[in-house]
Amino acid sequence: MSTPLITADLVAVDLAAADRDDATRHLIGLLAAAGRVTDADGFHADVRAREAQMATGMPGGIGLPHARSEHVTAPSLAIGRLTQGVDWGAPDGPATLVFLIAAPATGEGDHLQILAALARRLVHESFTTSLREAPDAATVAEIVTREVVPS
Amino acid sequence: MKFVAVSSCPTGIAHTYMAAEALEQAGRAAGHEVVVETQGAAGSTPLDPAVIAAADGVIYAADLEVRDKERFAGKPFVDVGVKKAVHDAPGVLAAAIAAVEAGVPAATSAAVHTPSPATKVDRNASVGTRVRQWLMTGVSYMIPFVAAGGILIALGFMLAGIAWDGGNGAVEVTKIPVTDLVSNFDPTSLQQWSAVLFQTGALAFGFLVPVLSGFIAYAIADRPGLVPGFVGGAASVAVGAGFLGGLVTGFVAGGLAWWISRWNVPKGVRGVMPVVVTPLLSSLLVGIITLVVIGRPIAAAMDHLSDWLNGLSGNNLVLLGALLGAMMGFDLGGPVNKVAYTFAVTGLATEGLTADANQYKIMAAVMAAGMVAPLAMALATTVRKSLFTHAERENGKAAWLLGASFISEGAIPFAAADPWRVIVSSVVGSSVAGAVSMAFGAGLRAPHGGIWVLPLISNFWGFLVAVLVGMVISCAIVIALKSARPSAVVQAEQAADAQLAAAVATAA
Repeated sequence: MSTPLITADLVAVDLAAADRDDATRHLIGLLAAAGRVTDADGFHADVRAREAQMATGMPGGIGLPHARSEHVTAPSLAIGRLTQGVDWGAPDGPATLVFLIAAPATGEGDHLQILAALARRLVHESFTTSLREAPDAATVAEIVTREVVPS
Repeated sequence: MKFVAVSSCPTGIAHTYMAAEALEQAGRAAGHEVVVETQGAAGSTPLDPAVIAAADGVIYAADLEVRDKERFAGKPFVDVGVKKAVHDAPGVLAAAIAAVEAGVPAATSAAVHTPSPATKVDRNASVGTRVRQWLMTGVSYMIPFVAAGGILIALGFMLAGIAWDGGNGAVEVTKIPVTDLVSNFDPTSLQQWSAVLFQTGALAFGFLVPVLSGFIAYAIADRPGLVPGFVGGAASVAVGAGFLGGLVTGFVAGGLAWWISRWNVPKGVRGVMPVVVTPLLSSLLVGIITLVVIGRPIAAAMDHLSDWLNGLSGNNLVLLGALLGAMMGFDLGGPVNKVAYTFAVTGLATEGLTADANQYKIMAAVMAAGMVAPLAMALATTVRKSLFTHAERENGKAAWLLGASFISEGAIPFAAADPWRVIVSSVVGSSVAGAVSMAFGAGLRAPHGGIWVLPLISNFWGFLVAVLVGMVISCAIVIALKSARPSAVVQAEQAADAQLAAAVATAA
């Protein structure tokens, strides 16, 4: 694993966002700043396109924007904990925990195993709860790194 | 239950895997096995064919076209889309369980079967597999009837042993007619209660062959097969053809229903085909075939066998015991078994028998032999679990009681699933039991009852030895035969078990 899936600077623990687009935009900004996304606007368009197909909101106040995009250099995750929930299309209400998953367009198989492992962890409530309760960005990144291991 | 599932989503990086994890989790929580093939961006490992074969049903949690869908042809399924599986995996699992219980067959199964495979070898192999699956479907539906009916009968005998003095309760209980129970049932009478148990069990047993035949036909032809299958099974019972006849009627009825339901009929008739025309025609044909074509030769053969047996009487008793034993073990309640049994029971009715009359010895030999097959299968499932399917192992537990009660039918599920190996072992073991019982000179004055009429058996140590020797020999043979060429169904089940165990180990 050359690039870790997430680092502390990809986590926003007190993100104030007006809506879905705003929250996504902010998280994309973190990825772009870390050099993982080369074209923030281009990637945002890809994420929007995916979101338009089917909203990625999940029960339990979780938003899961994601896309495979040519503007992504390495499989990455940015996490935002929202101070105020925004609608993510989930049946049970707004999302307060947002995972932005960025996958490179090229590269199959092994390369993306890490994202498969992440998706599997996301289903476990204990995992998302621990992320909500983590005291700071570094702890959030640490929990993800510890728990998400490709099988 | 066991399920296989396929998950996929447009991007192939998130929902595909979330759905897989949620389904596997829901399966573990509810005590079912769910093995998921994730057709996502991180590559997908195809499911082991053995796992698919062992699965009861399929869950499609896929937003993309499922790759190689024909692998799952013929299995009950639910198709829910990926999001539903992520959001409500337990609900999806419940729907899948309901689909399996309803036996909803895949609408596409017939369509997928039609294209003929490229080579002859392939075709033969797949036909063989399908025949085995058809057979197993019938057997799996029959097993609960065997267990429920057999145990009720055995309990009836047991209770009757207490309710009547003199140790012949198991005989007396069968003499209380149902009409008697209906008109003047006395809730304080143990005798009446034992008769209720016995009669209920006997009624359940009446379904054995129809259910076997009906669900073989159902597996072949889906719903249209049910009616001719059941009717054919009942007809097989009516002509005394037993479970072997039921196997035949199941396949014949299934084939007929499959064929008729594919006729190209005018639109106006199409609506009444499944409800009226197909069941009517296929039942009629199965009835004609069973009653007219199969019935007569069986009746004639039974008459000949009876005459021949009657002519043999008075010759070497040990040989006669071996012969009667072999007949008892051959078709477990079918025509050959019935000839031997009737021969023995008729003998009991002879006037003025002395205490050591040959007729009593013949009856003892016949009963000893008739107890061997279910006991041997029970023993085999205990000492060599790995040779039997899960359902067979469960049935093996009931078979102990059924065998001990002289209910040979306890071995039918084994014999129907794997006829020649089980019948060979049953015939040899039963034959030995009959001969040994004769050699010890054991005698029996009751026509049935198994260990519940032990007080009516003279020299019952000799009788027990005969049963035990027969049981061990029969068990050894069936284990040897099954080990030599393990059943594909059993192997598929074990592969699924192993995969699950590995998955659980990895998860932990």
